Amino acid sequence: MNWDWSVIWEYFPRLLEGAWLTLELVGLSGLFGILMAVPLALMRASTQPLLKGLAYGYIFFFRGTPLLVQIFLIYYGASQFDAVKDSFLWPILKEPYWCAIIAFTMNTSAYSAELIRGAIQAIPHGEIEVADALGMNRLTKIRRIILPRALGIVLPAYSNEFLLMLKSSALASTITLLDITGMARTIIARTYTPLEIFFAAGMMYLVMSAVLIGLFRLMELRVNRHKYISREG
Amino acid sequence: MKNSNAALELINIHKCYGNLEVLKGVSLTAQKGDVISILGSSGSGKSTLLRCINLLERPNQGEIIIGNEQLALIPDKNGELKAQDKRQLERLRSRLGFVFQQFNLWPHMTILQNLIEAPVHVLKVPRDVAVARAQELLRKVGLADKQDAYPGHLSGGQQQRVAIARTLAMDPQVLLFDEPTSALDPELVNEVLAVMRELAEEGRTMLIVTHEMRFAREVSSSVVFLHQGQIEETGSPEKVFDNPESQRVRDFMASHQA
Repeated sequence: MNWDWSVIWEYFPRLLEGAWLTLELVGLSGLFGILMAVPLALMRASTQPLLKGLAYGYIFFFRGTPLLVQIFLIYYGASQFDAVKDSFLWPILKEPYWCAIIAFTMNTSAYSAELIRGAIQAIPHGEIEVADALGMNRLTKIRRIILPRALGIVLPAYSNEFLLMLKSSALASTITLLDITGMARTIIARTYTPLEIFFAAGMMYLVMSAVLIGLFRLMELRVNRHKYISREG
Repeated sequence: MKNSNAALELINIHKCYGNLEVLKGVSLTAQKGDVISILGSSGSGKSTLLRCINLLERPNQGEIIIGNEQLALIPDKNGELKAQDKRQLERLRSRLGFVFQQFNLWPHMTILQNLIEAPVHVLKVPRDVAVARAQELLRKVGLADKQDAYPGHLSGGQQQRVAIARTLAMDPQVLLFDEPTSALDPELVNEVLAVMRELAEEGRTMLIVTHEMRFAREVSSSVVFLHQGQIEETGSPEKVFDNPESQRVRDFMASHQA
């Protein structure tokens, strides 16, 4: 076979564009996903049957169905309803970009909520009880004690979820988006060099993963510094 | 019954776990400056009684009066009493210092952060005031040099002294100690008892659940002996330790003279 480096160099700028879109999709979905996951996790850990049930149903659905199906349901499904087409949501839901972000957000929020719930329930009971005994109200207790403490516990598992989402984002290419994978397929359709271009695309995912792993490690060193600082420190 | 000098009054506290009644109507009054030790064998309901005072456990019946303020209670769906008004509960809890057997310091915060957390976020004390007060309290418990350390780097005795300082940072009217030295290695017990002794000498109102008999005898103004959820005997330490009326208390004291 003929390995052609020049095609990689030639299309490298286009692949970088794709990488930027992948970053946008994953970054925004990650951010929105966490914002949704925290209340979901609190609902899931709550003792109120209704709150707990709603969160459980949501999580069950998004963990129990394929991400690709969720993307298709939102992208192809939303346009089937006139009510949606007539509503203020249509300008958003007609864009594959936002459909992908909505699907990724909902998917990652379900997984993250379960991780956060696990972390909240792993906090030793006494640390929460002492907050009660000091007269903290519910909100202060959640904001000042439970969530910061859960963050330290959840971070290693969450970094794993985030990397999985990065790689799942390749599915955005199925709804016309030119993320790394979508861009690679478009280039290959023109050049017939699948090996070189998919190799380059794979390398881009690898580099992004490596950077993310490093960032999460730094974050963990900071959040869990009480575990890493020596006695003398 | 009302007594304007009472710091804490418990009237007829009952507590059940299922069919097991662990408190069968305990009444207790602590005047300002009283140091009351609560003794009894394990399972007698000592810790449960202490935890009922600030509703860490919900009693099934009874009244709780802190200072001159009665905690308003209503039955929950399990027939246990919960606070009618969360705000009142939070306010009264902030006036009761509770020291746990397991210290329960927040491991992700430095010692100083542990101390200022509740004053700043519950009492809304300005941060610099809270820090100054916290540093003063750390000096008092002999840990001024540890303010930037994390709890995991301290010995059990040091952690419990920090936990006491954290409680004092709220300037509570009554201090409740739930077996504060039971989780400590024997050689670390005395440093904690020394801090508690100092607090007693300052005239603070304290309720202490403990197995440290000699300490209880030396610092208490009165002693309450619980047996199977009821007060078996109460009185001055001299009376309860040296001359108890109850045969049960006499047996207990005999087996705990070491």
